[in-house]
Amino acid sequence: MNFDFSEDQKFIQSQARSFLAKECSADLVRDTLENGKGYNPELWEKVKEMGWQATAISEEHSGLGLGFLELCLIAMELGRTAAPTPHIASVYLCTEAIKLGASSAQQAEWLPKLAAGEWTGCLAMQESVGQLRFDQQQSRVANGLLTGTKLPVLQANAADIAIVAAQDEQGEGLFLVELNSDGVQCDALDSVDPGQGLFTLSFSDAPATRLAACDNLADLTAQLYDRAAVLIAFEQVGGCDASIEMAKEYTAQRYAFGRQIASFQAIKHKVADMFVAKELATANAYYGAWALSTDAEELPLAAANARVSATEAYWLCSKENIQAHGGMGFTYELNCHLYYRRHLALAQLLGSNKVWKENLASRILAA
Amino acid sequence: MDFKDTPEEAQFRSEVQAWLKANAKPRTADTRQRPQEEVYEDAKVWYKKIADAGYASLTWPKEYGGAGLSPMHSVIWGQEVAKYDEPDGYFVIGIGNCGPAIQHFSDEETKTRLLPRMASAEDVWCQLFSEPSAGSDVAGLRTKAELKGEEWIVNGQKIWTSGAQHSDYGVVLTRTDPNVSKYKGLTMFWIDFHQPGVEVRPIKQMDGGSHFNEVFFNDAVIPDSQRLGEVGGGWGAALLVLMNERMAISGVQPTGFPQLLELVKTIEIDGQPLSEDPIVRTRLAEYYTKDAGIRNATNRMLTAVAQGGIPGAEAALGKLVGANMNQEIGSFAMELMGEAGAVIDETLMPMHSHFQKATMFAPGIRLAGGTDEIMRNILAEQILGMPQEPRADKGMPYSEIPSGNQSA
Repeated sequence: MNFDFSEDQKFIQSQARSFLAKECSADLVRDTLENGKGYNPELWEKVKEMGWQATAISEEHSGLGLGFLELCLIAMELGRTAAPTPHIASVYLCTEAIKLGASSAQQAEWLPKLAAGEWTGCLAMQESVGQLRFDQQQSRVANGLLTGTKLPVLQANAADIAIVAAQDEQGEGLFLVELNSDGVQCDALDSVDPGQGLFTLSFSDAPATRLAACDNLADLTAQLYDRAAVLIAFEQVGGCDASIEMAKEYTAQRYAFGRQIASFQAIKHKVADMFVAKELATANAYYGAWALSTDAEELPLAAANARVSATEAYWLCSKENIQAHGGMGFTYELNCHLYYRRHLALAQLLGSNKVWKENLASRILAA
Repeated sequence: MDFKDTPEEAQFRSEVQAWLKANAKPRTADTRQRPQEEVYEDAKVWYKKIADAGYASLTWPKEYGGAGLSPMHSVIWGQEVAKYDEPDGYFVIGIGNCGPAIQHFSDEETKTRLLPRMASAEDVWCQLFSEPSAGSDVAGLRTKAELKGEEWIVNGQKIWTSGAQHSDYGVVLTRTDPNVSKYKGLTMFWIDFHQPGVEVRPIKQMDGGSHFNEVFFNDAVIPDSQRLGEVGGGWGAALLVLMNERMAISGVQPTGFPQLLELVKTIEIDGQPLSEDPIVRTRLAEYYTKDAGIRNATNRMLTAVAQGGIPGAEAALGKLVGANMNQEIGSFAMELMGEAGAVIDETLMPMHSHFQKATMFAPGIRLAGGTDEIMRNILAEQILGMPQEPRADKGMPYSEIPSGNQSA
């Protein structure tokens, strides 16, 4: 048994960490809260120069031909800095949807553009408030033209293409739409984390191409979300780590009653509980990474487990980090809220823990 | 990243499987708890059997009754033996704590004499640290050892000693100098329990059982040759033992999850399978992530150990999480049974009243081997590097430390 990442993989992680330490400062993340774009375009350009978007795309399709393990570790670093880039929408969701649902010919045409960074993608599934229910959706494709409204769509503003769930003559499916086409409109929504902006995409007879290898949309969505759940779990764990570090540093510097507040058990036990949640979530994310990278039959169980665990851990870490900072933690000036925001944004993606706990329970009982 | 055995590990696993198949009792549907005394007798027989076959204390050197194998081999053994109904691990506290202390501090003759009989449980060992007035602050202990010639005369009382009622030997921490700071005046020994001046009294626990004991020393004599480490070096020696204890406990800490899963899968209450209840399903998912998290974290730790690392204080994590969820699961399972949830009756209640009994025993697990609070301090201070609480007794000679209304 070797339940760890390899030296090469860890090297990629340490490179990612140094890159983001330099290029993705907390000030840059804070600027994005107010730039109205939902992401930071300059940082995304630099990330694409690093080639991270091509990590899990095969060499055949001009990718780096590494794999999910490398991408998991990059995800952890993106989470650690709460990076305001459209990597979740483009790399974990859009690219993986194409890998799962597009025909070989379509993959050969589209994946090199995503690998090269020529295209940034997003995924448009939901149409309204509530859980994802394809049978109640209104988006229709007729004669290759899409009409309908999708919301919320993560990082649509950054995207050149969207993969959109809709119905055509063949039934439910996924469709690729180029967002600079006529009949496409993108409107910003206010949200808890403007660094992972949410948008409304409206289509009115926009040209749409059906992903030719997607027969069963529900099955494909489940597979896609399992993959993304593992990757996002690593982001969440990275955010937990950052929150714990902040809490440790601040409480070591702040004095009350004549001593470091970090020396009070009330604080130490709080941080210990954050650490415990993070360690369990990390270990579960590792298991998810193993299942994802080997396409193991345990993947649905491992992914749901990683997801539930990481969401609960990030909630605890991001809120208790604010608590450990006292009143200062509630100010806009300090950075605690960047992680609280990112937690809240990530927690609702792919269906919240309400959905994932049910997924997990049914997978436990089926195992 | 993979879960595959190396060829050598796979070979060992198949040997173990074959041996267990021929020698171990299969699990049966009857999960009733058996009387403590019966389990003890079975455990003695089982340990002798595995020792004769060369599977006892796998990581110890062969000359001390082990097999000279790696921690990974122990893990493989643990995984395979768990499939059978044998009391493997019964003597883990004695062997896991006292064994390393003897190996570390005793001379060659003593090690070859004592350790093989410890590994085979022909001799049973216990660890004597806690005292009525020294629990979490174990370095505040009072049991006194005074040197008379080549012998130490021991007087005092220990408490919460697991297995003392069966023990042939113990490892005991004593105060040998009350005039220096509490950490500096301690010395560790091993002691023969079959001698005058050692008296064991079982403690009746809140659940009615008696797993723990009080041990009284009245002018008990220990030859200086049984000293473990330097005079005054007892605290360092104790830390070594405690680290091993947490390693040992973290591996066998019950979380209660397998039993909850069995209950949910098999039981129908109020005409509906438990597995269809949305609240049950939510809780099942939540407990699963913790149980799986401990397993996965253990695998990370083992990978580090297999690569030559030293197990850190992370073992405290499994102990803290496991002990708490075990208690929560017990109480939740009782809730599912309606008013009869309070009934302890093996024939009437699901799974032979496992959950009622486990819930009554659960407070002890959160206290034994380091309380929840001590575990959190260890995680915060030793792993996260947070500062210690200021201590009112810092630098004071032991004899001047206030002790409230407890008489010294």
